[in-house]
Amino acid sequence: MIKIIYTLTALFAIISFTKAQESVYPTQESKGLLFITNGTVHVGNGTVIENATIKIIDGKIVEVGTNISIPTNDVQVFNAKGKQVYPGLILSSSDVGLKEISNGVRASNDYQEIGEYNSDVRSITAYNSDSRVINVLRSNGILLASVNPEGGIITGSSSVVQFDAWNWEDAVYKMDAGIHLNMPTFVVRFGRRGGFGAAVTTTTDPTKIALDKVEEIKKFFREAKAYNQENSHTNTNLKLEATKGLFEKKQKLYIHADQVKQMLVAIDFVKEFNFNVVIVGGSESFQIADILKSANIAVILSEEHALPATEDDDIDQPYKTPAVLQKAGVLFALNDNSDNTRYRNVSYNAGTAATYGLTKEEALSAITLNAAKILGVDDKTGSIEVGKDANIIISAGDILDMKSSSVEQAFIQGRKIRLENKQTQLYERYKYKYGIK
Amino acid sequence: MRKIKFFFFGLLCASALLAQETFPVNGVADKRDGTYAFTNATIIKDAQTTITNATLIIRDGKIITIGTTGIVIPKGAVVIDCKDKFIYPSFIDIYSDYGITQPQRNAAGFNFNAAVQINSNAKGAYGWNQSIHPEVDAVKQFSIDPTKAKGLREIGFGSVLTHVKDGIARGTGTFVTLGETKENLVVLKDRASAHYSFNKGTSTQAYPTSAMGSIALLRQTYIDALWYKNKPTKEGLNISLQSWNDNQTLPQIFETEDKWNEIRADRIGDEFSVQYIIKGGGNEYQRIKEIAATKASFIVGLNYPQAMDVEDPNDARAISLSDMKHWELAPTNLAALEKANIQFCITAADLKDNKTFYSNLRKAIDFGLSETKALEALTKTPAVLLGVYDKVGSIENGKVANFLISSGPIFAEKTTILQNWVAGEKFAVKEDQWVDIKGNYTLSINTENGIVNYILDVKNASTVNVIKKDTLASKFSYDGKQIKLNFSPVTSKKISDTSSNAKNLPQGKPVGFKREAPSVNYRLSGMSNGTSWTGTGEDTAGNKITWIATLDSAYNTASDSAKKKTNTNQRLAKVTYPFDGYGWEENPMQETILIKNATIWTNEKEGVLENVDLLLKDGKIAKMGKNLSESGARTIDATGKHVTAGIIDEHSHIAASSINEGAQSVTSEVRIGDNLNPEDVNIYRQLSGGVTSSHILHGSANTIGGQTQLIKLRWGANDEGLKFQGSDPFIKFALGENVKRTTATQGNNRFPDTRMGVAEILNDAFARARDYEKASKLDPKTRRDLELDALVEILNKKRFITCHSYVQSEITSAMRVGDKYGFTFNTFTHILEGYKVADKMKIHGSNVSTFSDWYYYKVEVTDAIAYNAAIMHQVGLNVCINSDDAEMARRLNQEAGKVVRYGGVSEIEALKMVTLNPAIALHVSDKVGSIKVGKDADIVIWSNNPLSIYAKSEKTIVDGIVYWDREKDLEQRKKIQAERFRLTQKMIGEKKGGTAVRPAEPSWQEILSCGDHAHKDGIYTVDVQEVENLNQ
Repeated sequence: MIKIIYTLTALFAIISFTKAQESVYPTQESKGLLFITNGTVHVGNGTVIENATIKIIDGKIVEVGTNISIPTNDVQVFNAKGKQVYPGLILSSSDVGLKEISNGVRASNDYQEIGEYNSDVRSITAYNSDSRVINVLRSNGILLASVNPEGGIITGSSSVVQFDAWNWEDAVYKMDAGIHLNMPTFVVRFGRRGGFGAAVTTTTDPTKIALDKVEEIKKFFREAKAYNQENSHTNTNLKLEATKGLFEKKQKLYIHADQVKQMLVAIDFVKEFNFNVVIVGGSESFQIADILKSANIAVILSEEHALPATEDDDIDQPYKTPAVLQKAGVLFALNDNSDNTRYRNVSYNAGTAATYGLTKEEALSAITLNAAKILGVDDKTGSIEVGKDANIIISAGDILDMKSSSVEQAFIQGRKIRLENKQTQLYERYKYKYGIK
Repeated sequence: MRKIKFFFFGLLCASALLAQETFPVNGVADKRDGTYAFTNATIIKDAQTTITNATLIIRDGKIITIGTTGIVIPKGAVVIDCKDKFIYPSFIDIYSDYGITQPQRNAAGFNFNAAVQINSNAKGAYGWNQSIHPEVDAVKQFSIDPTKAKGLREIGFGSVLTHVKDGIARGTGTFVTLGETKENLVVLKDRASAHYSFNKGTSTQAYPTSAMGSIALLRQTYIDALWYKNKPTKEGLNISLQSWNDNQTLPQIFETEDKWNEIRADRIGDEFSVQYIIKGGGNEYQRIKEIAATKASFIVGLNYPQAMDVEDPNDARAISLSDMKHWELAPTNLAALEKANIQFCITAADLKDNKTFYSNLRKAIDFGLSETKALEALTKTPAVLLGVYDKVGSIENGKVANFLISSGPIFAEKTTILQNWVAGEKFAVKEDQWVDIKGNYTLSINTENGIVNYILDVKNASTVNVIKKDTLASKFSYDGKQIKLNFSPVTSKKISDTSSNAKNLPQGKPVGFKREAPSVNYRLSGMSNGTSWTGTGEDTAGNKITWIATLDSAYNTASDSAKKKTNTNQRLAKVTYPFDGYGWEENPMQETILIKNATIWTNEKEGVLENVDLLLKDGKIAKMGKNLSESGARTIDATGKHVTAGIIDEHSHIAASSINEGAQSVTSEVRIGDNLNPEDVNIYRQLSGGVTSSHILHGSANTIGGQTQLIKLRWGANDEGLKFQGSDPFIKFALGENVKRTTATQGNNRFPDTRMGVAEILNDAFARARDYEKASKLDPKTRRDLELDALVEILNKKRFITCHSYVQSEITSAMRVGDKYGFTFNTFTHILEGYKVADKMKIHGSNVSTFSDWYYYKVEVTDAIAYNAAIMHQVGLNVCINSDDAEMARRLNQEAGKVVRYGGVSEIEALKMVTLNPAIALHVSDKVGSIKVGKDADIVIWSNNPLSIYAKSEKTIVDGIVYWDREKDLEQRKKIQAERFRLTQKMIGEKKGGTAVRPAEPSWQEILSCGDHAHKDGIYTVDVQEVENLNQ
């Protein structure tokens, strides 16, 4: 059992074994001094500090180190002795709060808009801060996520949210942080397999189709650039206007691409438009790591736990792709896009990367500081460093390894959040039924 | 005018040779007996017998005499001198669709989203399934197709077996000549064969949707047809079954497109004492032993895969080594069949272009096919298989006068077919080459100024050099009779680009000369009279001339027999087992293995033992203890390593060609074991994750799905070899959203649509099964029903259920049906609300197999919790953690690790959830699941605590055979790279060499799934369920 010393304020008195997510309230603003002591602090930038203390004032980290004195009055102290302390984990690309139950319940889905060029569509406007997924993710140490729309070519803008909020305005951590683009595919499966016969092919060149589409996208951005150079317009164009932040580098362009050719074309958006480009997906990024590095393109690897793309690929290729990017110096984050487990396993994705070539601290960075850098929120989060928000989790053991990764405490902006969720509540309910201790 | 001409032609045809008695004659009778004598020929009577300087006499479309000496040529015979000519029996193709309009394919299948066509659309007293139409007789649909006949005759064919290539039971084929007289006369045998396939073709009926469904449908139809012989009154008239029975005496031909399907088809035949003639897909060489074991005769095509354009490495990357190798090795297939003593015939039916027939056949000969065998495969073998060797297939007295006359040995590169005689009727193929015009001629032109001589060096029917000191440019054509020659006797300056201008020159202008070039020009036209040509002409001035050309010296036409280009020394890809990049050149052998100093997770009461040795011998665990030694054993130092029993995946969908037979709510007749796919690379990938056995389940498209198959991951074995011998048979059931077709957004019309209906489907199925069992006991003539047989086995505890299920209501309802009929739901799989009814399942006696942490991907899993396994374990259930996912199966040890994290199950108990517990659930814990002397040597050596994410399997051993070795895998990767490089270079070489290449086509990997949850497949993978949806 973790030994916790804290003053019982009204805030913490709320905790009780209530039986519904509705009773797991967001926490009130963190005021005053808070200490997390004696833990093994994994800063997120590669550094590990043993037996360290983190000093937090009004939700911000003000000191991290080994010789920090703790005042005796009116402070909250969380003793993390024997525990592992990490920055809150970040999902760098997700549909959390937009997609409730994808299969069979259309009404619960708000992630895919109609149309090809939806640059003006904003995920944050539909973000459901009460999604049933969120509390589960928190219990797995995931405290922030980028939420992005899908569908069409330009899908809209994503925002970064934190997972302890009453509503979306409350949740927003970085508003409209980026615009998402689905790169046209260069791999097309023509025809279909009738019965058990062979596939039908056509002579159409998929590369040409894709490049034509890319040209159309560039045309959109060229016109957007011109539009945004002029302040007054006879005809307001919301789609073009919405891309302004890209040209001003206030937003990033997230290009969803897995194939080499898709990623090579993505470089055009750096060269021609001077955009800040991030690749999302990156299945074949291991083949062009050096190119991505020299183009200064960051990568969000969507799914570490994937099958190799081709029959002949090394059977552990997806597992070791992060190590290839790390070696080449590419800024990358690891994500989790598994619909079956609803993204709760991002830390184990990092664990697998650590098994296949990354150091544990590098793997941790890929789900914390690197993700924050890519999302443009590293000034506020991603590591346990002075000046940042106290987005911190405390785990019983190594967060990257499932058998030891139990998250026991979590803080968002210094607020100690509750880790109960529907699953823990049902667990309690049936332990009660069966008399399990 | 035109019309009259046509009429005349028609008249001639009809009257010439084989006029029908019943047809009235318009005009004067013109019966001829068509007696021809072919003399001085080299006659290849059959592949074994060649006679030279021989004579062949035909009359009335039949061969009447053949021989070398003492032949009396009838006075009324037309004599054709065949000096230097070769006469062969014309070829026979027994896999044709000549003269049959093929039904257009309306793609159909089971669509997860849409309503299904449950019943057949066929109107009439036919059988229940639209893809079973044995009543179709090709002969009734057949009509002569002169264009196609010509194309086939040109490559040497004289008769074909043609049929309607549609459906699973396709009806009968008809054997016809490629003559053009009248359908009545070209049909040699009206109902000559019966045809089958696994492909439902144009049937729009939902059933069957899968390979295993097709197999089950065929099996059931054999049974039904036998039963129908007794004319059961309840069935009424069933034309389909009647025809099926009528067709059984005919040669039975089964079309497949892949080696495994060939083997599967043969197994059906074995079950019902039918030996099919199998139309193969051309990759038999990849499993030649198994193919030979079918003892079937094969019909094989010559359509080799075309080289792909692989210059772009990104395109090349998507092509599997397996496909590249097949491109290289496909031409070796016929030689492999011959070498394995497999009887086969050759079909041209698959060729896109008949012109490739000889080049591809020669390629096969280059790769080792003997010419004798090739000829046999085109003549005698098909005739014998079809029972028509008394009519065709050789040149013998009394046979149909079907033969071809060629300029040389038939397979030689320079040989051309000159004539193809069908039933005594001549069809010219390349008559212009009957006389070889190659040679030097003296051309004498009788001009106003006297005779002028030129030398003609005739190269072929379109090229000649006209020589008068210099070579003069000329234009030449010869069509077998008529000769046209234009040339200018005066040398003129050539313009630079002759070729492009040539077409624009006015008629009569010599090619290659400037339009304005002043010159005399001869336009000659004449006829060949054999070795001399005569004709008339005109010069530019309009002067008429006459000319004559006589042959001085023929070219040396020493016949070039088929060149024996030895391709045997060429480096070729190796056939590996399986035929994948990661396949073995030599299957790994069982070894005696001594593992030293390991930390052994026994799964027995000893728990985890440190520093222990383990001896594997004869495929079993032989000894466990300290300081073991064994002479001759391969010793593996496992200091610091962990050893566990192999992982057993209770719920998997790998290694099968199809997973869901979704057309009906009860499909207990289908069997996963009928369609195992030993070439699924996921077998190998999962070995790398320590999996040694997998339970391959039918999908969840319907309430009572198909029979499952437990396999061991013996990478390299064939389909039978994968099976876990001696294990109890199981069957997959499913409840809830999938079986009520929740995702059928376009409407569901298949019962059930609610969980109420699901329970009734179960209730009804077992009520029927019970009645059926009773009825069968009372009356042995009761129709055998494969669907109910499987359910009766359940009632008799000879088959066991693993049931896909989620919510507590459906789980409880299912158990109550079981209680009512006295059987137990052996295993509930998925079972994400199992924690709610753990106590009930314990009383019922079920095992449970679940996911560690899946949740919230559909409504029925909104109450899924990661503590499920822990609760069920604590209630005392036998809990397994399964994958249901080809990727996750590689990490099942980690999934067990999550049970430690969620709910605090001990590590020892957690590991059992992926090893011993599934063995118990599958009734094989006497053989596998723990480390105990006497059990199978299915063992994993881990680098770390097996429940840790940092653990890798270093070696995975099945039956004492090391199927996975991390170090060897690294070598294999290099080999794959090297071989890919070689083949890529070779393909690029082909392209540079001028061979037409096709665009690179990715080797799509088909990922089969339950149909239950989202799969994010890779770039080059295909979700089969999605494809099935598309097909609707």
